[in-house]
Amino acid sequence: MLEALAFYIFAAVTLVSAIGVVASRNIVRSAVCLLGTLGGVACLYFLLNANLLAAIQLIVYAGGTLILIVFGVMLTSKSPWVVFDPTRGQVVGAVIVSILLATGLCMLLVGNEWPAGTAMTASPHVKDVGTMLLTDYLVPFEAASVLLLVVMIGAAYLARPEK
Amino acid sequence: MLTIGLNHYLVLSAIVFSLGILCMVTKRNALGILIGVELVLNAANVNLVAFSRYQTGAADGHMFAVFVILLAAAEAAIGIAIFMNFYNTLQTIDVDRGDELRN
Amino acid sequence: MSQLSLPWVAKDPAVYQTYRRTAIRNLLAGGIVHVVLALGIFGFFDLGSTAKVTNLKIAISIIGFLAPLAVGLALIAGGLGVLFYKQIGNTLKYGYTAASVFFGGVIGVCLLVWLHSLVFTLSKDMLASPQNGAEVVSLAIFDASLTAREIADYLSANLPRLSNPIVAYVLWPLQFELLRDLLAVGGIVGFVSVIPVFGIWWERKIAGRMQSRLGPMRVGGWHGWAQSPADGVKLLFKEDMIPPDADQALFKLAPYLTFVPPICAMIALPFAGAWVFRDLDVALLFILAMLGIEVVGVILAGWASNNKWSVYGAMREACQMVSYEIPMGMSLLIPVMTAGTLQLTAIADQQGGGFHTWFIFKNIWCFIAFFSYYIASLASCKRAPFDLPESESELVAGFHTEYSGFRWSLFFFGEYVAMFVVSGIAVILFLGGWKSPFPPGFALKTNGTWYVDFVVHVLNGVLFKEGPILFVLKSAFLYYVQLWIRWTLPRIRIDQVLYACVQVLLPLTMVILLGNTLWILGIEHMKIEWLGTIDSLIHKVLVLIGAVLVIGMIWIGYNGYSNRRKLVGSLVIDHLPGS
Repeated sequence: MLEALAFYIFAAVTLVSAIGVVASRNIVRSAVCLLGTLGGVACLYFLLNANLLAAIQLIVYAGGTLILIVFGVMLTSKSPWVVFDPTRGQVVGAVIVSILLATGLCMLLVGNEWPAGTAMTASPHVKDVGTMLLTDYLVPFEAASVLLLVVMIGAAYLARPEK
Repeated sequence: MLTIGLNHYLVLSAIVFSLGILCMVTKRNALGILIGVELVLNAANVNLVAFSRYQTGAADGHMFAVFVILLAAAEAAIGIAIFMNFYNTLQTIDVDRGDELRN
Repeated sequence: MSQLSLPWVAKDPAVYQTYRRTAIRNLLAGGIVHVVLALGIFGFFDLGSTAKVTNLKIAISIIGFLAPLAVGLALIAGGLGVLFYKQIGNTLKYGYTAASVFFGGVIGVCLLVWLHSLVFTLSKDMLASPQNGAEVVSLAIFDASLTAREIADYLSANLPRLSNPIVAYVLWPLQFELLRDLLAVGGIVGFVSVIPVFGIWWERKIAGRMQSRLGPMRVGGWHGWAQSPADGVKLLFKEDMIPPDADQALFKLAPYLTFVPPICAMIALPFAGAWVFRDLDVALLFILAMLGIEVVGVILAGWASNNKWSVYGAMREACQMVSYEIPMGMSLLIPVMTAGTLQLTAIADQQGGGFHTWFIFKNIWCFIAFFSYYIASLASCKRAPFDLPESESELVAGFHTEYSGFRWSLFFFGEYVAMFVVSGIAVILFLGGWKSPFPPGFALKTNGTWYVDFVVHVLNGVLFKEGPILFVLKSAFLYYVQLWIRWTLPRIRIDQVLYACVQVLLPLTMVILLGNTLWILGIEHMKIEWLGTIDSLIHKVLVLIGAVLVIGMIWIGYNGYSNRRKLVGSLVIDHLPGS
């Protein structure tokens, strides 16, 4: 009962701010709404016994990616009120397609009978997650570190000042 | 309705996913598209963690979600560097104006 | 003594009405924000707690309690504020009485919270005790799992001095988690409100003394102690101005986004073993995340003001924060690696063996990491010499140029609370947290007379054993160092800030991170003997350096105090303490 109430509150926060992201014409407001979605999803992670993931979500997404996006907006916009809107026909088409997509996905998912699995009882300890990262998931972990290096060099190269 | 199960999370993430797609399609500001991608990735992450919680009982889904978050951060960094170049070349961030290669 | 000019006594009724309306609106907004956001978020983060408590119930019940409680508390706060404001002109004439009442109140509240925490530890202890047969502590909200009789039995068995039926009946309600949470939230919100007020007063006094001035001296009587409360009341009554071209919604939202995350960080920040709202297993990451979110508010404030100085301040903040988070996090990784956990209470517990077991003296890497963390934390709190986002000589006031009144004060609340939080993290990770510098066996003995016992308990709690007061004292020392640096060093340029991060601090932290990894690998896993010998030698040298530093600091302080007449201007001499 109580878990349901908490879930509905967090889901409502996530959905309302996700709708805000789409509906807002001002890109900075979209980014602020994205903060609401990220926070709501982090709360859902807490509900789903994923404490570490929730903290990572807050620290990487909300503290890093979002700031990067707002920073990008500041560097690329001439005034807060410049908007480029799609035409009405494009919007209507996109809304219809996405509603169809959402209903289709929901019907598919709800109609499916998932095999009975084992439920998680407690949040996995940080130490266990770290051990998994360095044993079972070592190759993706190392690949990710190489990828990050590539991204760092690439971003620095792309954003270098013009000669 | 009152017992929360896997399906609740799946439906939530399906809706957020569709909203993300909608955001990517309707925004003409390049950064808006990036925000839409973040929504889509978050929806996928909710799915992964929910399956981990209700189906496998182990932290595998968490692992995937960690990598997705990492890739999202990398994608945002590269994306914004590209958009900066786009802006420097065309003096706008409207993606529909970047059609010089069309003809 | 000059009187404050009180808008309250404005003769024109229209002006009077405007003032009153502004004040009441601000108080309501402030009260609701304080209570709703704090309580709501505190309740939500219950979900991640490691304590095996029925977390969800608590979260939900708090949500249920929110609305009436918020309105009620806001009204009470509004009433008290108006009363305080009406009275302030009169009471401030008799400064000593007012000061003693105020400080008495503050100390009384602290003592109450302390007592409550002790009692809570006791009740948790009781519930986990083998008589109750369960290791799982399930504290209920609405049904009591312990009767008063059981509590009385427990008391007579374990604490005979307290075995009194009245005590048992007083303790009985404290097993309700909800009550504990409400008290704890009250304590935290109260503490958070007190830090900026006295932090700002303290900073102004220190700045004055460092510049051979007096600082605020008039309001309240004793060394201007009431300056900050009076400023706060003034800010409540000021008109909120929003520039016409600003983005109204974001302009209003931004101060709250700066103010709420540092309070949320308090959720996971332990003041002592049982003195933590939620003992999260990812406490450190959570606090870092909250400090990171604070920046979003600053950036939005700069952007929404639609003023070029504000935007410059916001952009500086963004690039400064994003780059300094990396050396900050990497410096914190070193004590975390040494301790092997992210749970702050567990990290502090490993440093309980006295001064020489503190992590700062553990090895050379931790020693360097402390200083690199401290520098990075200065930058992340936008304190001088890294206060570029609000540098008043270049950018008017940086990101808060367009803000006034109550919204402006929220930025300062956020900043001063964040300063305390980063000092607190440094204390827990490097300086032994709430553990005393003396070895564990070192404590005064009680002799049975109640007043001697009381003094002994207080001294043990403050100095010789462990407790929140030690934690607050240590954090206050680091906070003082922040002020000291601010009023000593000149501000550096923005390119120098980024150079210092990317080309100095970042390689340094990478080197010490690698060094610490190899060190732990060599000593704890491969058991290399000569490395162990070197390690213990370095450890001893570091402890010696630490002792010399502490003694030197005490000596400098004493020297300054005894030569205070030579150090300040001639006008100041009559006002010096002890003159």
